[in-house]
Amino acid sequence: MLANYAPLIVDGLADAALIFFVAVGLTLVFSVLHILNVAHGSFYSLGAYLSVVIGSFVAGRGWPVLSFFALVISPFLVTVALGPLIERTLLRWTYGRPEALQILVTFGLFLILEDAQKLIFGVQPYSQDTPMLLLGTSQIAGIVYLNYQLLLIGLAIVVAIGLRLLLKRTGIGKLIVAVVADQEIARALGIDASRVFMLAFSLGVFLAALGGALASPTVGVSPGLGAETIVLAFAVAAIGGLGQIEGAALAAILVGLARSAAIYFMPEFQPVVPYLVMLAVLLVRPYGLFGSIGLRRV
Amino acid sequence: MMPILSVRDLHVNFGGVKPADGVELDIHAGEIVAIIGPNGSGKTTFINLCTGYVNPARGSILFDGQPITNLPPRKIARRGIARAFQIPQLFTGHSLLENVMLAVAARSDIWQPMGPLDREIYREAALRILDLLALNDAADQQTATLPEGLRKLADIAIAIALKPRLLLLDEPTSGVSTAEKTPLMDTIVAMLRAERMTALFVEHDMDVVERYADRVFVWDTGRVVASGHPREVLHNPNVVERVVGVG
Amino acid sequence: MLGIAVLAALLPLAVSWLGFVFTVAIGKGLAALGVAILLRAGMISIGHALFFAIGAYAIAFLMRDAAIGELVTLFACATLITAAAGLVVGAFMVRYRGIFFAMLNLAVSMVFFTLLSKLYRLTGGTDGMRVPTPSLLGMELSRPAFEQALHLIAIAIMVGVALITDRYLKSPLGQALSAIATNEVRLEFIGVSARGVLLVAYIASAALAGLGGALSAVAIGHVVPEFSYWTLSGQLVLIAVLGGIGGVPGAFIGAFFLELVRTFAVGFAAEAWNAIIGISLLVVIFFLPEGLFGLLQRLETRMRGRKS
Repeated sequence: MLANYAPLIVDGLADAALIFFVAVGLTLVFSVLHILNVAHGSFYSLGAYLSVVIGSFVAGRGWPVLSFFALVISPFLVTVALGPLIERTLLRWTYGRPEALQILVTFGLFLILEDAQKLIFGVQPYSQDTPMLLLGTSQIAGIVYLNYQLLLIGLAIVVAIGLRLLLKRTGIGKLIVAVVADQEIARALGIDASRVFMLAFSLGVFLAALGGALASPTVGVSPGLGAETIVLAFAVAAIGGLGQIEGAALAAILVGLARSAAIYFMPEFQPVVPYLVMLAVLLVRPYGLFGSIGLRRV
Repeated sequence: MMPILSVRDLHVNFGGVKPADGVELDIHAGEIVAIIGPNGSGKTTFINLCTGYVNPARGSILFDGQPITNLPPRKIARRGIARAFQIPQLFTGHSLLENVMLAVAARSDIWQPMGPLDREIYREAALRILDLLALNDAADQQTATLPEGLRKLADIAIAIALKPRLLLLDEPTSGVSTAEKTPLMDTIVAMLRAERMTALFVEHDMDVVERYADRVFVWDTGRVVASGHPREVLHNPNVVERVVGVG
Repeated sequence: MLGIAVLAALLPLAVSWLGFVFTVAIGKGLAALGVAILLRAGMISIGHALFFAIGAYAIAFLMRDAAIGELVTLFACATLITAAAGLVVGAFMVRYRGIFFAMLNLAVSMVFFTLLSKLYRLTGGTDGMRVPTPSLLGMELSRPAFEQALHLIAIAIMVGVALITDRYLKSPLGQALSAIATNEVRLEFIGVSARGVLLVAYIASAALAGLGGALSAVAIGHVVPEFSYWTLSGQLVLIAVLGGIGGVPGAFIGAFFLELVRTFAVGFAAEAWNAIIGISLLVVIFFLPEGLFGLLQRLETRMRGRKS
């Protein structure tokens, strides 16, 4: 019986993988900088668009294998171009200022990036599914799966473990944990919090753009992707508890499976399923599964 | 006569620390009671417990015979307990007068969407309270810009404006210069007597305690270790050693 | 305020299409006023287009399915419906503050957008619904005559709403809003429920946005899912911020300003309108913390100073 649901589960987990990338970036930035970046979804869509453009370019030139390269290089390009720039100029100005300003700044940034994307990449929807086609399919226990989906799930696990190792084992990770735990004390100990902020923010941008790039072969890109994504990423991060990385992972799985189930059983509800889950969770646990009231900036 | 405030077996646990470890006391209507004790003994926690800011793990608090043990601060305030804070808590976007008017309006009925806050009855009541604490000159000043010395008084004014039956003051004279302590406490106590308010104040200044308190409770490691008339308690060598410290 | 109303009434007699712009501006001004009310409590709703859309679609549904064709009745019903929605949504929302509150509002507005776009049979999907010309107090008017009348009605609504909102903001409940922003804990300690105060404000802000949406629906003659889209929410936030936290008139002045700029910029900057809004938002935040309204107040004080 379970085997009948295997495709649903794999679809759900692959969806969850993409959601995880963008949601964990959002929640990570929140936990370190105490900023919920409304423009986070725009990094996702920029990563997707760039990856499609580069991928189409190389595929058109007769090197389809390089479309994988596009998936990898796009997040780096987006991060390098925007990460430190935005953190240094816009975000730094908001530290220590009332939270309302922070919301307005990131919201303004969101508006700007959405239109910038339209101006750069146009309003036509694109798709570039070469990487997905290239990987082909596998048959496991009589059911056919897209290898690309399996790759996504594998990558998500790698990233999740990688983040955990980064935070617990590496030097820079320990700096981040220290700053998250208590900024004042961290600074007093001589930790350069500004550098940590910039790194954490850039990592968040990278994760979002990576999610977008990896998603682009499966769904393609169109204007409005950024807005859809930030709302979804927020819902997932909220379900897990803002700032909680494990929460984001669990929430991503929950939402991915829920969406997948909806597609199979009640397709009209599919777009609103994540928000119904969010509503249900927040009614019972107002700050998410692993969240707590202390995470609000006082 | 039933005590106005009755606390039994109050316990609270903050991750291994017990700021309340079996607190028991009774306060009678009209009394002015002082709480003294070393830092960290749980005096402010006690006020937090009585005003609903913190919920006890065990025990009961009765106000006028009615349990208020797990009520939120809002409901406790409505029942007639007002609190002044150690670090003044003011509405920094409003003037001093508006701060007090808000409290006056809250006492009567804030759910009036159409009349202005700045109406004659509220204004008069607020000015009267400011007058009591000699704050009239600063009435129109934004509380965000009030000098340090007046912020404490402003905080107390807001609490008084609620016309509470029980007033809890957390270190009312801290930050006040020695010369001004007496006039301040004279004013407050006179008002308390006139309005027949019961009051409890946390204090570190033993002269203030001796002069103004009807009774003193001595706090140490989360519980009441001694109580009685100031003259007895404050000259008890054990108390002096534990609480007042060396010299 | 009177000056602006007189001006607004006179202009369209000279340039008929400006009348339309002003009516739409008043619609957005009403919604932005809703955002501004919440801003008083330090809360930013970046999804207020939700209630704008509810009010607008309420008009469309009332006309199509409830056979209500009279303007005043329509406005009253739409406002009540949106207020009810505000109560339901607000009861959940007022537990939250800051960015959580902001994002939840955005999320709900986008979910509503998706529903409006997908439920084709009910809402006309992405094509939206038509809003035919309603009657006015029993009178059937030609479209041009109706538009003139609507324009005057919009001004009357603006003035009426401004007066009522001003009184509300000066009342204890309204003043308690800024107390929430400055010291919510103390407010609770004087016996006032912050959630209660916020819920009233939220319902009021929803009703305002709904009335604004209803007005726009009738003026434009058509409702589309984009009425709930984040782009409109962005404009409303900018107008509210431009108007400054001080002013009720500020929201309308900001709305007029924005609509005028948009009308003239649509020729060459339509594609980048959101970016312009975003940049303006950043500029206003960085350089004009009190918003446009504050700027006008300072100019006024300076002028008065020069006279004396």
